[in-house]
Amino acid sequence: MSVFIALLILCVFLCLYRVGKGPTAPDRTVAIDILGTLVVGFCAIYSIITKKDLYMNIGISWALLSFIGTIALAKYLDGRGFDE
Amino acid sequence: MNETAGLILLIVGIAFDVVGCIGLVRLPDVYNRLQAATKCVTLGTCMILLSVLFYTGINQMSVKALLCIWFVLLTSPTGAHAIARAAHRSGIPLWDGSIMDKYAEDREGAEDKV
Repeated sequence: MSVFIALLILCVFLCLYRVGKGPTAPDRTVAIDILGTLVVGFCAIYSIITKKDLYMNIGISWALLSFIGTIALAKYLDGRGFDE
Repeated sequence: MNETAGLILLIVGIAFDVVGCIGLVRLPDVYNRLQAATKCVTLGTCMILLSVLFYTGINQMSVKALLCIWFVLLTSPTGAHAIARAAHRSGIPLWDGSIMDKYAEDREGAEDKV
């Protein structure tokens, strides 16, 4: 299992490289969206390791909150208000 | 048997995640990065969540994992579509090697009609 955790951490560092380097703002937004999905994968692997369903609760709420954050960032990039 | 199936799903899912993140780093412009990263990482994460079902059987945890698959499949393409639309409308240029831009043609046609 630790091999899988290490590979996911490699993925997180690749995303963080794109967050730091990305030439435009949508590049950074894409990388942050992908980070949110990767965290759900972390929660699933931790729930397999520890046999507790606490981590699946965290995964569900993380998926939904990451979606709300992505939509808010996309609306901000579009140059519109949040209530349109 | 079930643990073997779960292990295979876990390995394939994490391979998809790694390939998607390599695409996020390597591809040339924001639209290519978006389609590579979103599709691969969505499928990979859904496979990891499905492996929870095979590891633990039907119980509280695996039902929550199935619910989480449903949410990820619902929200991730929607977010990617919103980002692509916002990037195009805020004027991010396509890669030099791109050969067509159907969304720009559609928007020009709509403006001509008005």
